[in-house]
Amino acid sequence: MSGAPLLEIEDLAVEFRTGGGVVRAVDGVNLTLARGETLGILGESGSGKSVTSLAIMRLVRAPRGKITRGAVRFEGRDLLTLTPAEMRQVRGGSIGMIFQDPMTSLNPVLTIGRQLVEPLELHLGMSRRAARARAAELLATVGIPEAVRRLDNYPHQFSGGMRQRVMIAIAVACEPKLLIADEPTTALDVTIQAQILELIRRLQAELGMALILITHDLGVVAGAADRLAVMYAGRVVEDGPTDAVFANPKMPYTIGLMHSIPRADDEGALSPIGGQPPDLSALPPGCAFAPRCDFARPVCRERVPEPRTVGPGHRARCLFDIDPARVGAVREGVAP
Amino acid sequence: MSEPLLQTIDLKVHFPVRRGFVLERTVGSVKAVDGVSLAIDRGETLGLVGESGSGKSTLGRAILQLVGATSGTILFDRREVTGLSGPELAAFRRRVQLVFQDPYASLNPRMTAGNIVAEPIRIYGLRENRAAIRDRVRELFGLVGLDARYVDRYPHEFSGGQQQRIGIARALACEPDLIVCDEAVSALDVSVQAQVINLLADLQQRLGLTYLFIAHGLNVVRHVSTKVAVMYLGKIVEVGDRRALFRDPQHPYTKALLSASPLPDPVAERQRRPIILRGDVPSPIDPPAGCRFHTRCPIAVPACSAAEPPLSPSGGTLAACIRAGEPVPAPDPTPTRETVL
Ligand SMILES: Nc1ncnc2c1ncn2[C@@H]1O[C@H](COP(=O)(O)OP(=O)(O)O)[C@@H](O)[C@H]1O
Ligand SMILES: Nc1ncnc2c1ncn2[C@@H]1O[C@H](COP(=O)(O)OP(=O)(O)O)[C@@H](O)[C@H]1O
Ligand SMILES: [Mg+2]
Ligand SMILES: [Mg+2]
Repeated sequence: MSGAPLLEIEDLAVEFRTGGGVVRAVDGVNLTLARGETLGILGESGSGKSVTSLAIMRLVRAPRGKITRGAVRFEGRDLLTLTPAEMRQVRGGSIGMIFQDPMTSLNPVLTIGRQLVEPLELHLGMSRRAARARAAELLATVGIPEAVRRLDNYPHQFSGGMRQRVMIAIAVACEPKLLIADEPTTALDVTIQAQILELIRRLQAELGMALILITHDLGVVAGAADRLAVMYAGRVVEDGPTDAVFANPKMPYTIGLMHSIPRADDEGALSPIGGQPPDLSALPPGCAFAPRCDFARPVCRERVPEPRTVGPGHRARCLFDIDPARVGAVREGVAP
Repeated sequence: MSEPLLQTIDLKVHFPVRRGFVLERTVGSVKAVDGVSLAIDRGETLGLVGESGSGKSTLGRAILQLVGATSGTILFDRREVTGLSGPELAAFRRRVQLVFQDPYASLNPRMTAGNIVAEPIRIYGLRENRAAIRDRVRELFGLVGLDARYVDRYPHEFSGGQQQRIGIARALACEPDLIVCDEAVSALDVSVQAQVINLLADLQQRLGLTYLFIAHGLNVVRHVSTKVAVMYLGKIVEVGDRRALFRDPQHPYTKALLSASPLPDPVAERQRRPIILRGDVPSPIDPPAGCRFHTRCPIAVPACSAAEPPLSPSGGTLAACIRAGEPVPAPDPTPTRETVL
């Protein structure tokens, strides 16, 4: 594989103007993704996962929302400098996207066929006939029975799981090099989730796509992601190989997350993170996690920690070297 | 054997499906709950799992007498509760409380958090005077980990996790025996979810509460439950001790459900071989004949569509399947790049 990354996000920042002040939804995000690689973005609601993916696609809505700095280099080109026409070629062409709720991105008044044919005509220059035949093939590929007949159906005529399959078909129609999946299974039942994750995995293997898989579910990324980026309050607070982040989390927030999930073998109380997620329009100076962190010291409240290398390809935004095993002990009242 | 606090016997809840505008007529019924027999012992937590539409909420609402049973029996503390009215119904209502999924929607936005919690105390006359009510509200705030200084704030001024605590405090204000938690932690973020799970466990210990814990997230149900029931299309397909059911599930649907849940551990997750079920859940208006799961079951045989199997002992649980306990094949996982290279 060539050395240059497929996607390189550098110091990306996005702000929204709201009645309550300026929301710094994304604040200095750096991410890289190699060809064919799967990057999991993990974080709780409001941490900036969706806004990051919308910014990659240049879908942050003006005038309230604005990309205020940074670069999004895709195959060496900074997407933030493209003209709107060039950007339309990228969207649905070399980058496909699927969302949590298919109804927000499928057009309810157009047939599935129309919505599938359109990108094929636009990006691949196919004739209507060829595009329609390809559309039926795609529907069959994503596991929709009676594909030819279903082309003439509208989105509401499909179940939730089937709609998600339709959206995946549209997203991969032009064989993108990157697929961004934002909580693709969050609204689905677990058996349907298993079907959809399996489908995404199969398509990724067949097409050699890179994948950004956004989720709040540690289970979903554990199996699927090569690397993991953990977001908190608009920043990537830890990133590294999935195994390393799970086995040896270094940022106290990641450690807290790992302790918050019920596991098969443990029976005792969970050790959740105390306190509440932060208000992005009134972030404290310094580390945004400090108010909830058992290890915080005065210096944490003074400046935002820079990412620090804590292992091979593994970085954490924390000033201190925290031993994950000690986190529970601290919470139980044992002195740090 | 301990005495069940709550028992349902062949409980059915059917919703009529009506068509037509002027001449409305009933054309069928949604068999949301279709013959459920369950018992919950005092002090235990019965976890109820199943995919959306399987009838979990309807079962919970029927137990709470928020929706009428079509047929069957509900016994609470050995007394029949279907058809109660007047003061007896009010007394029952106090003892069985509901905590919902969406805390905000269940809180009156125009009432302060303190008044929301005080309301049931007043309604049921559980404290003598205003001072005693105020003290009790403060006590309840403390019990659920809310700062008592916030009694005068409105629901929107609290975070999602705090709103859920207000909902729990309101339920506790009634001094209930049974709390039905309907997806009570499902919408919360992981870290906040863990706080609320710990709170529920702590309250159970201190107050001797009994829970019916409805959720679709299996990791959470495994953590909180003593007993687990699995529901599919209005029926309980398997029920048993939590450990036995998770260690050695007997019904193919339970097996599929457990194997489909991703594990929050990369090493274990790479070895997991999910049983991938085909298709969607069929319509509860016209459920499949015989075993309702046979249309999606990987090990179905012709006899499965002939008769509905009753719950019978298999392994360490009760399962409604003529092939209970038999292995269910899982496909080989799609090779990942690592395994290909
Ligand atoms: N259109 C918008 N206007 C104002 N604030 C927004 C808008 N979109 C997102 N935000 C804010 O940006 C932050 C990050 O949101 P998002 O990326 O959607 O979070 P996540 O996907 O991690 O749950 C949140 O605080 C959210 O309220
Ligand atoms: N008031 C109602 N009228 C008609 N159908 C209903 C009503 N409430 C629930 N249902 C139907 O009953 C079935 C079971 O629903 P529900 O109990 O909400 O399932 P779950 O909680 O397991 O998701 C579903 O098919 C649902 O559409
Ligand atoms: Mg999001
Ligand atoms: Mg429900």
